[in-house]
Amino acid sequence: MSLVLTIAGYGFREALRRKVFVVVLLLTAAFLALYWLANHYIFRDIANVGAPAGIEPRPFAGAFIFGLAMFATLFLGTVLAVFLTLGVVRGDAERGLLQPLVVRPIGRATLLGARWLGAVAVCAPYVFAVYGAAMVITGLTGHWWPGHIVVPGIELAGGVAVIAALSLFGSVFLTSTANGIAVFMIFGAGLVAGLLGEIGHALNSHTLSHAARVAAWAIPFEALYQDGLHEITANTTGLTGLLLQLGPFGGANAGGHWLRLWAVAYLLIIGALAALAFARRDL
Amino acid sequence: MTAALEVRGLEKRYGQVEALAGVDLDVGEGELVGLLGPNGAGKSTLVKIACGLVRPTRGDAKICGLSAGSHEARRRLGYLAELFRFPGWYSADELLDLHQRLASSRGGAGERTELLELVGLAEARDRRVEQMSKGMQQRLGIAQALVGSPPLLLLDEPTSALDPVGRRTVRELLEELRRRGTSVLLNSHLLSEIELVCDRVAIMLHGKLVAEGSPTELAQAHGVEIETDEGKRLFEKATREDTPRLVAELIAAGRKVYGVRVLTSTLEETYLEAVGEESS
Repeated sequence: MSLVLTIAGYGFREALRRKVFVVVLLLTAAFLALYWLANHYIFRDIANVGAPAGIEPRPFAGAFIFGLAMFATLFLGTVLAVFLTLGVVRGDAERGLLQPLVVRPIGRATLLGARWLGAVAVCAPYVFAVYGAAMVITGLTGHWWPGHIVVPGIELAGGVAVIAALSLFGSVFLTSTANGIAVFMIFGAGLVAGLLGEIGHALNSHTLSHAARVAAWAIPFEALYQDGLHEITANTTGLTGLLLQLGPFGGANAGGHWLRLWAVAYLLIIGALAALAFARRDL
Repeated sequence: MTAALEVRGLEKRYGQVEALAGVDLDVGEGELVGLLGPNGAGKSTLVKIACGLVRPTRGDAKICGLSAGSHEARRRLGYLAELFRFPGWYSADELLDLHQRLASSRGGAGERTELLELVGLAEARDRRVEQMSKGMQQRLGIAQALVGSPPLLLLDEPTSALDPVGRRTVRELLEELRRRGTSVLLNSHLLSEIELVCDRVAIMLHGKLVAEGSPTELAQAHGVEIETDEGKRLFEKATREDTPRLVAELIAAGRKVYGVRVLTSTLEETYLEAVGEESS
């Protein structure tokens, strides 16, 4: 266990030293400032909006803009997770950083798991912090709070942890640049699949919904995000809730407990495959 | 007695490229063995297999009787890669501390101090790696390899970035290690260095061992040159042992002998003879 903590600490320290961490913090500060501005103007002007009958403008605006904040949080968390893990095996081996560690009496699987833990130890608190800050901004500015507060945050962090695992897996085979491109393409594909699912739900297209569901289970970070969106509007009912579900940040597809269990199993499967491939790799 | 490193019939293929083609090599307890050969001869691959970074295609490598690459085998070796880097934000002391924890060494601050003194970096204890010259980093790499006092040290080009003073420090360090009974496999292009410190030398070419022996054994006799009143005479096939007889014969024949020189090839000449026209 102490070896795991040593390697995780090594990865954690590396993460804090990387320039990307500073860049992400600056981007986050810029995002939160813009997000506060958006909330300020939306909720200031919402009183003058003549909403159609049956639509509650404040919950609608709050859930919509907070759904957008969750997307931004997932994206920023993904940027951080990918840049912290994209070169852990092949990239570090090519730079000569990995060999002095691997020849020590620690298993390669331990090393990989510890590096994942180190990345998650940075990304998860980051996601919680941005998620919490966005929620407080919307809550204090618009007097709207999500239906469920804790679970969506955990699901967002879980989604980022899944991406970190995929990036680590890719790092066993690909160079840093190729791996970064590949993981962001997977991220984009997941988001597109999620949007297609939303469209399928709106159009009542079973084929689209089914395709989106398959994609969501194949790369469950998107399904976790969708489930988080669903959770924040859990208390929004009626026409307002229906309209939100038709939008891009509505969370029409609830995953529930099975999705969360699958996400854990998925992490274990990806971890096992990465460890197997790493064990067979010449350095 | 179990050899510190025992390699038998080691083969390694990278696709169509045959990096090792059946190598047998031993490094005895407390022995310092130099590995020579041109680039691409398979030296680094051999060292990487020994420390578990690369899997052999066929054959066997053992560290102190334990299968190379296993946890227990890795506990018994220290390794400095040819191309290595340490994270720039670590100080020399922090880096050694990290490796002490990874190697489960209980040496603590005392061991770190001793190692830094051994490689001449005592003054740079708190200096970050990114603020060190390449030579200092290489010496820190050697200190890192010595963490936990492993019985076998695998050094892949440990002096490539060092100036003459740094090389002398490493040479003295290797002699100190020999006194302590540490076995060393030293992979280097610097023949003079190998000749000065190694007990035995192995020369590799195209993935095979083409010559092996002590530096003295490899420095072959090339005849005896005797200076007489008739000028210099070369006895090409003669050895050092033939000298008294040859001198006695010349004196008996009425010649005056002014000087005798036993001709031997240097390790460099032996090396060039072994590897032919291969460039390094």
